[in-house]
Amino acid sequence: MLIKIPSTSDCKESDVTPESFYLSRRALLGGSLAGLAVSAMPGWAQAEEASRYAEVEAGAAPDWFKGKLPTTKWQAVTVKDETITPFKDATHYNNFYEFGTDKGDPAQNAGSLKTEPWSVVIDGEVAKPGRYALEDFMKPYQLEERIYRLRCVEAWSMVIPWLGFPISELLKQVEPTANAKYIRFETLQDPKTMPGQRSGFALIDWPYVEGLRLDEAMNPLAILAVGMYGRELPNQNGAPLRLVVPWKYGFKSVKSIVRISLTSEQPKTTWQSIAASEYGFYANVNPTVDHPRWTQAHERRLPSGLFSPNIRQTEMFNGYGEQVASLYAGLDLRKNY
Amino acid sequence: MRFIYWRVSVFIAAAVVPMYWLYQAWLFALGPDPGKVLVDRLGLGTLVLLLITLAMTPLQRTTGWPGWVAVRRQLGLWCFTYVSLHMLGYGFFILGFDWTQLGVELVKRPYIIVGASGFLALLALAVTSNRSSQRRLGVRWKKLHRLVYVILGLGLLHMLWIVRADLKEWAIYASIGVLLLVLRIPAIARRIKRSQTRSTPIATNR
Repeated sequence: MLIKIPSTSDCKESDVTPESFYLSRRALLGGSLAGLAVSAMPGWAQAEEASRYAEVEAGAAPDWFKGKLPTTKWQAVTVKDETITPFKDATHYNNFYEFGTDKGDPAQNAGSLKTEPWSVVIDGEVAKPGRYALEDFMKPYQLEERIYRLRCVEAWSMVIPWLGFPISELLKQVEPTANAKYIRFETLQDPKTMPGQRSGFALIDWPYVEGLRLDEAMNPLAILAVGMYGRELPNQNGAPLRLVVPWKYGFKSVKSIVRISLTSEQPKTTWQSIAASEYGFYANVNPTVDHPRWTQAHERRLPSGLFSPNIRQTEMFNGYGEQVASLYAGLDLRKNY
Repeated sequence: MRFIYWRVSVFIAAAVVPMYWLYQAWLFALGPDPGKVLVDRLGLGTLVLLLITLAMTPLQRTTGWPGWVAVRRQLGLWCFTYVSLHMLGYGFFILGFDWTQLGVELVKRPYIIVGASGFLALLALAVTSNRSSQRRLGVRWKKLHRLVYVILGLGLLHMLWIVRADLKEWAIYASIGVLLLVLRIPAIARRIKRSQTRSTPIATNR
């Protein structure tokens, strides 16, 4: 019987690669000669080269994504004194009910999701509506790495290095009209590839819908992500395009987006429709407002070991109050949870 | 003691399952939040054991094999063991043994109140499960132990509050529970007995 006892002082696999090491690696890659050498290397060696984080499973990135990596602003936003969650945990402990309600279901079932070709519809109160192939949709944007805390409404949390771009840049492209007050996001609906949508007992009225107030979407922290851990998004994490709003509970960060609409009315969001008393439109991380069924004052930072549960205090706005608190000045956050 | 091998097998099966879960949790084979998974599994295990316990009497009636009822008390006590571990896990992994928080939860959350009352009822059954209590309580013992039907209802309600988006799993447990209760309605129970006396009882020892 193999018994491994991880001691708390052990280095975590997730510890970020030392900056000096990867900077030198990038300098190497920058050189054209090195570039040639890299292209001459066998595939496995390249995959090895590409992983900036430990134990990251290499994916099959589409060409448009690979093309953006060299100009990516790495570590554009970081978190202080936090350990990045291991890739394995961030990709095998997911809520993505389209693929099943157990935490392991998305990793197991999301392989059926077809992310290429993918198109995104922009509609509603915009000057430039349309349907875009994802590679065209992504063309104007430079990727940034944003290392964010992720706080789930179920009182667990992670730290994840995303790759994406601010929604404000998308809004510049599509030009919202004067009537636009909210932005609404819709997940793919495809029962053929999404087993959760085939369940006859589901309380969710598919497709999954989320939304933000326009000024929330304009906040520099709000991004649309296409990658994580230096690679494209794994399917179970919402490939190929998802929202990330780090000061709100995780369910706001809608996955596998196919439609983005600007609206004049507040969109009816999925969880709000199921249980309005438990899940509000704002869903800002707030330790002083309990979920009716549990306290939000604490969270389990994952991985949380068996003999040393990693329980910590939850911070207001998930620690991003400095950047976002002004959005809610004068709003009663007990009522507008 | 009759059915000694059968009783021991049941004992080992019920004991091995949580030990295996603990071993998995230790290896992080249950994922990054093993405490939560353990609490959930122990809770579900309690419900499953409760249903199995309640299935013993109808099974004995239909098959005529007395071995089913011979392990009924043991299964009931396992049910109590699982629920105790479930509570312990909840205190340790979810609350971090924050007693003031426990006080808040016990007052504020309906599903915790329902779960806790189910636990107290199971505790009452567990401490009166011995022969001397049976003798001392006499007729009242049977009445007291009818609490098990209430416990089943509390357990199902507790679970219903926790499932959030898909009722399939819950619906399966609930319908098994309803079936087991229906089999106890006197008119139906009598009918089972009659059909059993007509057919020859088959003793299966699996």
